[in-house]
Amino acid sequence: MSSWRIARIVAAKDLRIEVHSRVLTNQVLPFAGVTMVIFAFALDADSVLERVAPGLIWLATMFSLLVLVQRSFAIETDDGALDAMRVAGLDPRAIYLGKAMALAVELLVLEVVLLFTAIILYRQTIPLNGVVLLVTTLLTATCGLAAVGTLYGGLASGFKGRETLLPLLTLPAVAPVLIGATRAVESALGTAGAVVSDGWSWVGLLAVFAVTFGVGGSLAFGPLIDE
Amino acid sequence: MTTIDKAPTVQRRSAGTGTPATRILGIITIVSMVWLVAFGLGFSPADRDQEEAVRIMYVHVPTIWIAYLAFVVTAVASGLYLFGRKKSLGWDRLAGASAEIGTTFVAMTLVVGALWGRLTWGVFWQWDARLTTTALLFVTYVGYLAVRRLGGSHEQRARRSAVIGLLAVLLLPLVHWSVRLWRSLHQEATVLDTDGDIDMDGLMLFSLFVGVVAFTLFYIWLVLHRTRVMAMEDMMEDHGLDEALAARRREAATLNGEEN
Amino acid sequence: MEDAGFIIGSYVLTFLTLALMSWRVLRSGRRLADQIPDEDKYWL
Repeated sequence: MSSWRIARIVAAKDLRIEVHSRVLTNQVLPFAGVTMVIFAFALDADSVLERVAPGLIWLATMFSLLVLVQRSFAIETDDGALDAMRVAGLDPRAIYLGKAMALAVELLVLEVVLLFTAIILYRQTIPLNGVVLLVTTLLTATCGLAAVGTLYGGLASGFKGRETLLPLLTLPAVAPVLIGATRAVESALGTAGAVVSDGWSWVGLLAVFAVTFGVGGSLAFGPLIDE
Repeated sequence: MTTIDKAPTVQRRSAGTGTPATRILGIITIVSMVWLVAFGLGFSPADRDQEEAVRIMYVHVPTIWIAYLAFVVTAVASGLYLFGRKKSLGWDRLAGASAEIGTTFVAMTLVVGALWGRLTWGVFWQWDARLTTTALLFVTYVGYLAVRRLGGSHEQRARRSAVIGLLAVLLLPLVHWSVRLWRSLHQEATVLDTDGDIDMDGLMLFSLFVGVVAFTLFYIWLVLHRTRVMAMEDMMEDHGLDEALAARRREAATLNGEEN
Repeated sequence: MEDAGFIIGSYVLTFLTLALMSWRVLRSGRRLADQIPDEDKYWL
């Protein structure tokens, strides 16, 4: 069975579990929504919120990413499923790719919901000429986040006292995505006079990040979970 | 299997982590440190713009230099462990010791840099490219050190840490790139160009050189000792495991004896 | 001159930290070395 086929099966499995358990829709999306709301409590000024809305979208995404990653690996370790897959001889790169793809899908759903929440809560508008940039940003940023999240999730899963390591490892690692994605979305939305053309260099950064961690992650995942 | 005496009965004191080589290295290091203080605080001239505050540079720059050196060593040692044929744990210990030292030096860089910033810019902190990247560098390696303490066998620790050690080094250029690009957008007029280099005359350059040399020697001295200490810590842990296994076996034997 | 305080303070802080790092490693080295036979010490 080819690695690509295994990856698709793993991804389909993760997504099917999600559809059945509805953790994303019942827990993570509400969590993200609550985060967007309490940002307004802390940053008590409409003008401030409007100005920083792109940043808040990505901050809420980062925090939700941690929850999603922990969930992604909790379903594996609960029954020793990850070990079972490895013992069955499945290529770890395929497992990594499959889990990352499923995570990416969930992240995309999350980001779209957050975008619309921001339109409502922070009075954002999407100009027509920014749509392509916006969509591209979402896709490239998501790939990078999924790559990093799946990798560190594999490391931080399993034993007690490990899950708390995930935020410490992940947040510095996704700093480039936070910076790049926020700037790109600011350009797409025209926040504070940013122009669409500026955003494309940031997308370039996001793409390099996604490729680097995608390749690095698939190579590193095997050694990390082989314990 | 090694036997370890809890209460050593040797006549002569057992050897420590020092060797003739490290003792010589240590003495040379102390001498260069004295030179550094002499040049940094004494012989070198005041700067045209910063006046005496520039003297902080002679301890500040070497600390970040050593941090970079230490993290490169960690990455190389991690690679040698992961991809080496023998998978010698010595590389893992070197990687860990070097990262510990590097992280402490980054912390020193940030603190002393804040003092320097207070004098020259009037603020302890700015979100410029260099400071931001350094802060992220610090947190990244704090994470590396946390991964080392996850427990498990030495091989497990070595493998996990090696992966993280190599990823951290991959991450740094990306972080640096994104932060620089980000900060280049905000060309606020600052009194001092934080990314600009000070126009240095020969004596200042020499003082900086003395600092870099002194700290490099210190790093080598310290990493040698720390690696040896880690080897002994691993030995003690192995011995503790051996003892625990032996104790369990003895217990099982006596239980069987009682049952019979 | 408050500048001198910061400058001297930086040097003191730096060297104090170096001294602390040295002392800690030498102390744990001594403590462990007393418990481990010399044959196992690869650096000798």
